[in-house]
Amino acid sequence: MNILPLIKLATVAALAVPHAGPVRAGKLNVVATTPDFAAIAREIGGDAVDVKALAKPTEDPHFVDAKPSHVVTLNRADVLIEGGAELEMGWLPSLLESARNPKIAAGAPGRVVGSQGIRMLEIPTSFDRAKGDVHSLGNPHSLVDPLNAKIVAGEIADHFSQVDPKSAALYAANLKKFNATIDAKLAEWQKLLAPFKGAKIVTYHKDFVYLGERFGLNIVETLEPKPGIAPSPAHLAQVITLMKAQKVRVILVQPFQNRKTAETVARQADAAVLDVGQQPGAIKGTDTYAELMDSIVRTIANALREAR
Amino acid sequence: MKKSCLVATTVATIMLSGFPLGAQQPPDSTARAQQQAQQRALDSLAASVRAMQARLDSVERAPAPAPVQARTSGAYMNVSFVGLTDFAWSSQSDVGELQRGGHEPKVRGFSIPNAELALDGTVDPYLKAFVNIVHSLDAKGETSVELEEMYFLTTGLPHNLQVKAGQFFAEFGRQNAQHPHAWAFADQPLVLNRMLGPDGLRSQGARISWLLPTSFYTEAMFTVMNSAGATTFSFRSDESPEIHGGDVQLDRPVKGAGDMLYVPRITTSFDLNDTQTLLLGASGAFGPNNSGPRASTAIYGGDLYWKWKSPRADAGFPFVAVQSEYLLRRYGAAARRTLDYHYGALGWLDTETLTDEGAYAQVQWGIRPRIVAAVRGEYVNGDAAMFVVPLRQRRTRVSPNFTWFPTEFSKFRVQYNYDNRRGIGGDHTLLMQFEFLLGAHAAHKF
Repeated sequence: MNILPLIKLATVAALAVPHAGPVRAGKLNVVATTPDFAAIAREIGGDAVDVKALAKPTEDPHFVDAKPSHVVTLNRADVLIEGGAELEMGWLPSLLESARNPKIAAGAPGRVVGSQGIRMLEIPTSFDRAKGDVHSLGNPHSLVDPLNAKIVAGEIADHFSQVDPKSAALYAANLKKFNATIDAKLAEWQKLLAPFKGAKIVTYHKDFVYLGERFGLNIVETLEPKPGIAPSPAHLAQVITLMKAQKVRVILVQPFQNRKTAETVARQADAAVLDVGQQPGAIKGTDTYAELMDSIVRTIANALREAR
Repeated sequence: MKKSCLVATTVATIMLSGFPLGAQQPPDSTARAQQQAQQRALDSLAASVRAMQARLDSVERAPAPAPVQARTSGAYMNVSFVGLTDFAWSSQSDVGELQRGGHEPKVRGFSIPNAELALDGTVDPYLKAFVNIVHSLDAKGETSVELEEMYFLTTGLPHNLQVKAGQFFAEFGRQNAQHPHAWAFADQPLVLNRMLGPDGLRSQGARISWLLPTSFYTEAMFTVMNSAGATTFSFRSDESPEIHGGDVQLDRPVKGAGDMLYVPRITTSFDLNDTQTLLLGASGAFGPNNSGPRASTAIYGGDLYWKWKSPRADAGFPFVAVQSEYLLRRYGAAARRTLDYHYGALGWLDTETLTDEGAYAQVQWGIRPRIVAAVRGEYVNGDAAMFVVPLRQRRTRVSPNFTWFPTEFSKFRVQYNYDNRRGIGGDHTLLMQFEFLLGAHAAHKF
């Protein structure tokens, strides 16, 4: 029975290493699963919060590694903002299990579910994985509609005020500012895209559905034959035929998606591949939500103008 | 649809109220008064229909409320089923002699070594629970069912503590607590097979874990378990003659705390940079064995996992992952009667400490989405003793493999093993796996 040395080792390790402690006195520790929620949280929280995102802006948010460092981050969190709608179901549950933090448990004031309050699109009427990796709660890539960003910002401000009532006035003021910015920007973006109402575009994954809905863009096909299913040559051939027939001139691709596949299709269909990110920071100079949307809208508008 | 329904109801009401009046033949003067009354009733009904119509129109113009639909993720329990079909061929006609793991093929041809029904969910605001029921078919096609795991886990204990209790895989090293569908190879590493047993080290018990308040991840775990049964291989298991070459001490009752199995573990992890993570662990397993009334076993283990993942990972690819474990076992064998394998004669073996060690190292390369190539090298050996058993003989194995995941719900794998056992020589084995997952998508652990 030689377990004493190991217990000693554990104790020594616990005492020897520097304790992390609170980040800065009084600041709310906020963790967002993806950088888009983090960016909005930073605007609402201002100086009263410290915000960390778990996923990198350039990686596929469906497949984030449940790294042990994320366990520590979640263990010390006062607020967790998740996309919900099963976006993070492949990695967040096991992290939360290890993080053992009741402050961010489901239903706690410290847990914000982004999809709550949003009118989700593409909610399946039946569950069948023959249709690909369809999320039962609807398409989770909802933040590319600025009105949804406003709803999420409202949720965030509401939860921040519940967890940290002393800064409630600040959160309310920041929310007002955020909403005003988005309202002004939205008018601008709508004006930019107005000439292209009904313009047909192709995306890699079903990740720009909400953008299409808001700005009247017609997303006719995806390079993936079904959500989460890798593009097959047969499907790509169909996409090329369709793009030629309907004169589709642009393909939207996120940094982690296979650009080579998109380039091949674009070459044959005489279209352009547009690098767009849904996460702030994925494309240079897109650190805030407004900058991100600005980049997406301008990239698409410019390409559609050129294609005319 | 609702609108037309309402209108129809209204019309029906009007008609019904009109019928009895029409059926009677009243005198002239009263008939007129009645007609006027009917007209008034009709007018007021028409007015209310118009009002209703207007209200319905306004409802239709208002934004649609969020649709209500079945929500799988809101269900109280996740249910999933993992089915594994293997195909094996080996230069050794008894495949089971080489592939000793509980979830491995035992015969040339097809086998169903693992069909898991997994249930998990939140019990209440304080507990989560997990149940895993494993079905498998043996070499004769007979089905066996076992309760592999069944435990609860606390969710909100203070001081970063967490308790797990029930029947579960001991958290010893890296792979022991993982289920076969999470393994990078078709079979269990030799060293885990020899020291933790063909089904891994698992028993009934309780575990307390503490997430240390350090700036980097450090978790200390301590498990207390029953030390008897087929899944406590190096301890009070009836299979123990395979280790000590003697007879089993049939009646070794639990007299005190010293007869339980203790499994401490400490694990720590660092992000070396934005794309690389290192996970290190040290474990021990200490408990009685049934070679004699006071005999005990100690197993020490060290494990390492390193992973690089592209900053632009698509579906988690590309990545490179290295995993290695080293185990050392000191088996305190008591003086015991031999069941001598070599000499065929019964005799006595003296008290001795049998020392075994072994290690494996594997590299996985996720080349592009859903395609992984991997290779594993292994070594196990036991020190010289007064007897010879196959399970303590030196053995090495090299296994390259290739896995294709059509989606994250299915998997095809091809693996080749080159086995080299001291005194027996080389063997070649081909293993093929097909696996599917039905139901809830379980979250991946790191």
